[in-house]
Amino acid sequence: MGWTLVRFWTLLVYLFMFLPVAVVVLLSFNANQFGSFPVTGFSFRWFVELAGNEPIIRAFKTSLLLGALTAVISTTLGVLASLALVRYKVPGSNFISTLLIAPILVPEVVLAVALLLFLNFLSVHKSFFMLLMGHVIFTLPFVVLVVQARLIGIRRDVEEAAMSLGATPVQTFFQITLPLLAPAVFAGALFAFTISFDDITGTLFWKPGGVETVPTQIFAMLRNSISPEINALGSVMIFFTVGVPLIGAAIARRLAHKQSR
Amino acid sequence: MSAVKLQNIEKKFGDFTAVHPMSLEMPEGSFVTFLGPSGCGKTTTLRMIAGLLDPTSGDIFVGDRQINDVPIHKRNLGIVFQNYALFPHKTVADNVAFGLKHRNVEKAERERRIREALELVQLPHLAKSYPTQLSGGQQQRIALARAIVIEPDVLLLDEPLSALDANLREDMRVELKRIQEQIGITTVFVTHDQSEALAMSDILVVMSDGRVEQVGDPKEIYSNPTSRFVADFLGTSNILKANQVVKDSKRGLEADAAGFVPMQDTQLSKLEGCNTAYLVIRAEKMELLAKDAPSDERLSLNGTVEAVDYQGQLVRYFVDVAGTKFQVLNMLTGNTAFNEGDEVSVRFHASDCVAVGENN
Repeated sequence: MGWTLVRFWTLLVYLFMFLPVAVVVLLSFNANQFGSFPVTGFSFRWFVELAGNEPIIRAFKTSLLLGALTAVISTTLGVLASLALVRYKVPGSNFISTLLIAPILVPEVVLAVALLLFLNFLSVHKSFFMLLMGHVIFTLPFVVLVVQARLIGIRRDVEEAAMSLGATPVQTFFQITLPLLAPAVFAGALFAFTISFDDITGTLFWKPGGVETVPTQIFAMLRNSISPEINALGSVMIFFTVGVPLIGAAIARRLAHKQSR
Repeated sequence: MSAVKLQNIEKKFGDFTAVHPMSLEMPEGSFVTFLGPSGCGKTTTLRMIAGLLDPTSGDIFVGDRQINDVPIHKRNLGIVFQNYALFPHKTVADNVAFGLKHRNVEKAERERRIREALELVQLPHLAKSYPTQLSGGQQQRIALARAIVIEPDVLLLDEPLSALDANLREDMRVELKRIQEQIGITTVFVTHDQSEALAMSDILVVMSDGRVEQVGDPKEIYSNPTSRFVADFLGTSNILKANQVVKDSKRGLEADAAGFVPMQDTQLSKLEGCNTAYLVIRAEKMELLAKDAPSDERLSLNGTVEAVDYQGQLVRYFVDVAGTKFQVLNMLTGNTAFNEGDEVSVRFHASDCVAVGENN
C-alpha cells in the first residue's frame, strides 16, 4: 500500500517535470497557427518557417560558434590548470583551486553584473570576445573539477615509466597522459558546450548590441508574442542539449571502457 | 651493460637530509640490493640513479658516462616500478614496443625483440591482452619485459615484488634472478624484505636513516654485521650490552646474562673507537636442551621458557635467563619441543658470537 503511494507520487513528480517538455515537442508539430491545444494536425510547418527565420538562424550560428569556442578554450585552460595543480607543487595551489571553482559558487547574476561593471571600469566595450571570455569563466570550473578528479587517478609512475623508456615530457603528455585523460577532457568539453549553449543570464548582460544567442533570441521573441516557431525552436534545443550530451556520454563511456578492458 | 658508480651523492629536501653523502661502486653485471626500513633513503637513491630526482651534490656514473645532468629519457635505463606502471590504454605488445618506438627501431626488428622479451618472461601468448586483464604476477613480468627490451645499461627495480602475494613473490624472485643472470645486466634492486635481499644480491647495501650501514656479500653481512642496526635488522638476534674484559688470559666480552664469552681479535677490533660494545648472538645459533643434558664444548646458560611461538618447521622460544629475554629459533625434529615454564639449558658456540660497537 505504502509503496504504491510512493510510486504514484514519483510518477506525478516526473510528469510535472517532463510533461511541459513533451508538450513543447508535441505542439511544435501542431498545424494550428496559435500553437496551442487542441492539436489540429501533424505538420513540419513551424520547422520550415523556423529554417526561414533569418534572426533565429543567425542566433543559432552565434550560439554554436560561442559554445564551440567556449568548449575549446575552457578545456584547454582547464587541462593545463589541472596539470599544474595536480602534478606540480604550485605555491598557493589550494587558493588557486578555490578561485577557479568560485564562479560556480557565486550567483550568476552577481558574476554577470560584476564583469560588466569591471569592463565599464576598464572602458572596454562589450564584444563577442568579451562574451566568450565570460562564458569561459563560468564553464572553467566544470572542466577543472572533472579533469582534476581523473588526473589524480592517473598514477605518476606511469608517466615516469614512459620517460624512462625514452619519451620526452611532451611526448609523455600526448602519448600517455592525454589518452588516459581523454574521457574527462571530452566530458569537460561537453559540459562547457552545453552550459554555454544554454546560458541566458550572463549572456544578456555581456552580449554586444545586435548579437543574439538562441536563448536571448527566444527571450526577445517571447516579449512580442508567442509564436509556434518557439515550440519548434524548443524542440531543436531539446535535441541539442539532451541529444548531444547523451551521444557524448556514450562516446566517453566507450573511451573509458576501452582503457579498462 | 655498464658498471654504476655513485660518488658522494647526497639528497636534501629542504633541511631534511634523505641521503647522506654516499659512494658506491657496482661492478658490471652485478645484482646490487639496497635494503632498509621505509624512509631509509633507498628509494631516494634509486630515483637519483634513475633521473627522477636530482642529487643535491655528488656524481653518478654509468660506465664512463657522467649522467647527473642527463634527463631521464636519455639515460637508457630500464625501470620496474612497485605498481608495475603499465600503460592501461595499450596492449601488452604496445607496452613493450613503447621504448623501441622511441628508439626508432624498425618494425620487423621491433617485433622480433618484443617476441623475444615476452618469451624471456614466458608470456608470449598475452601480447594482445590489455594490462587490466592480467594478474599481478603477469603484469610484473610484462613490466620487466618492457624495461629490458630496450637493452638498457642498467636495470632499476623499485620494490618490484612487494605488491605480489607471498607465494608468487618467492616464485618471481627466482624468476627475476634467472632473467638477470641470463642477460647479465647490472641491476639495482630496492627492497625492505630481507629474505629477498639475502637471496638475490651479489652486493647488499644496508641503509638506515639516509646512511649506508654496511656494504658487502649478503652472507658476510648476515654472519658478521658491523653495526647494531644491521645485527638487529637482519634476522633475529639477541643483542646484549657488554664490556670488554680479559679472563684467564683470553680476551672477550662479558654481558650480564651471557657471562664471559671469549672472542676473536678480528671481532674485538671492530669495537675500536666505540664507547658501547654489544654482544650479538643469532637466535638460530642457539640451541635449547633439557636442563640436565650433559655438558658439551659449548657455552651454556640456564633459563626458563616463557613463551613458545610455533611456526611449523621452526619454533621460536622466548627464554628468560637471569632476567634477560633471549630468542631462540630451533628446528622441530623429533620430540624436542619445550613448553612454557620448562627449565632449559641454552647452548651456543662462542665462535658464533659477534661483537658490534656503537658511539652514542
